[in-house]
Amino acid sequence: MFAISLAHYLTLAAALFAIGIAGIFINRKNAIVLLMSIELMLLAVNINFVAFSHFLQDSAGQIFVFFILTVAAAEAAIGLAILVVLFRSHRSINVSDLNELKK
Amino acid sequence: MNGFDSNELILLIPEIFVLATACLILVIDLFLSEQHRNVTFYLTQLSLFFTFLLTLELPSDTVLYAFNSSFILDTMAIVLKCAVYVVTAGAFCYARPYLKQIDLHKGEFYVLGLFAMLGMMVLISANHLLVLYLGLELMSLSLYTLVALNRDSAQSTEAAMKYFVLGAIASGMLLYGISILYGISGSLDIPLVADSVTHSLFDRIVLLFALSFIVVGVAFKLGAVPFHMWVPDVYQGAPTAVTVFVGSAPKIAAFAMAMRLLVGTLGDLHAEWQGMLIVLAVLSLGLGNVVAIAQSNIKRMLAYSTIGHIGFILMGVLSGTAAGFSAAMFYSIVYALMTLGAFGVVILMSRAGFEAENLDDYKGLNEKHPWFAFMMLVFMFSLAGVPPLVGFHAKLAVLRAVLEVDLVWLAIVAVLFSVVGAFYYLRIIKLMYFDSAESELLIDKPLDMKVALSLNGLLVLGLGIMPGVLMGWCFSAFA
Repeated sequence: MFAISLAHYLTLAAALFAIGIAGIFINRKNAIVLLMSIELMLLAVNINFVAFSHFLQDSAGQIFVFFILTVAAAEAAIGLAILVVLFRSHRSINVSDLNELKK
Repeated sequence: MNGFDSNELILLIPEIFVLATACLILVIDLFLSEQHRNVTFYLTQLSLFFTFLLTLELPSDTVLYAFNSSFILDTMAIVLKCAVYVVTAGAFCYARPYLKQIDLHKGEFYVLGLFAMLGMMVLISANHLLVLYLGLELMSLSLYTLVALNRDSAQSTEAAMKYFVLGAIASGMLLYGISILYGISGSLDIPLVADSVTHSLFDRIVLLFALSFIVVGVAFKLGAVPFHMWVPDVYQGAPTAVTVFVGSAPKIAAFAMAMRLLVGTLGDLHAEWQGMLIVLAVLSLGLGNVVAIAQSNIKRMLAYSTIGHIGFILMGVLSGTAAGFSAAMFYSIVYALMTLGAFGVVILMSRAGFEAENLDDYKGLNEKHPWFAFMMLVFMFSLAGVPPLVGFHAKLAVLRAVLEVDLVWLAIVAVLFSVVGAFYYLRIIKLMYFDSAESELLIDKPLDMKVALSLNGLLVLGLGIMPGVLMGWCFSAFA
């Protein structure tokens, strides 16, 4: 029988977090992918918290996850709202088109 | 678990009051017509005034806790909160005439500003990692929205998008660090986490792993090099009325966050984070001051100057002594006041359809408006650190703290880059005093803004001559 240990969860979370970060820096095309990557980072952190909470037998981590989920929802709402006004003014959500401000 | 003691609510009265008035003002604003929009402004200022009074009523001589010690009220919290109120009130005063000119005078600005301020207050008083995170997010989310306030402007929305993405990465990094800390200590209470960091059975490397994520998160929020990419774009892209707010009060809150996390939670790892902060501080001082010289847009120039000043604040924190912390605290408060004034002058010079963004727009200001040219001179000299202005005392206190811990080379680097930085501050003074005006330089701002700006300038001047009072408060916070 194969038991899933804390290390497995942490590795999964670290991998997801790294994918999230890489998604933000490698992506040069679509701003929606940025929002997805941010969400992925936060969810990776949630896995960390839940795993620790379970293995430490402490509920504080799970409560933290509730708050992170709520904040992530608010963050996604604001991010999408900014994306909409960005599209209205630029007629594009291509990341490489964001060059209005002086480099 | 301890029971709930309703007396603890008294410690949160300022926060509760700000929350209630922000909601109330939001509703009242709905029923106001366009020509009565000023009422929102006056109500906001009134609520800031009462919040200030309420905070002064709180006992400041002892450290008090509320809600199972997730909320802390110490001298540092009270002083920083009062500074945040003053800076926010000033920023609103400057913002109103500008927003009217560009047809953006909406109630949302004040309400979002109040919510951002509430976030800062929670952040400053956080004694629990969850509370700290929630305060940080409340502040950041309100600020992202404020930057996008001018939603028809391509610059404003682009700045908001950049700020949002980089801010969200910073929060993600910070959270990841916090989750590792939680795994190590099994708690989220800052004192308990600090305790288990001290007595940790884990390998040092695990703690360092968490620490580096937290340092990255803090550096992002402060805007230290190499995590500074958002600062110039946000300062330039946001409407100046928003820049004046984003550039001032959040720096005070970011300092408090650095203190709570690095000193409060990970104080035992001081030797480790000192090295990281030295790198950040030297890079910030160098890049901020050198790149600012190349800027022709004053908002962008002030953004790079911010990065340079962040280097100084980090130097105070990294010294790891009470003198260093109080010097950094003094620096962050004083810095907020100086930037507030400098952006205030930018707003003062702007008119409908004309942004006084270019350095050349300040040519010959002394001929037309000698008093405001003098105010700008005060702010620029103070930012450059010329005695007897308050910026000099702030730099001196930080340098002294750094010298006390035998980082002589760091102090020398800081002084050298300050000399480089003096160039671009003095260039503005040269343009104002020794060049002749190219345009009419009309100033059409209402009296209250002129009075607020003059008070701001006199405060910088007065604190420079008598820095003792504020310095005394900052020292008592870490005594």
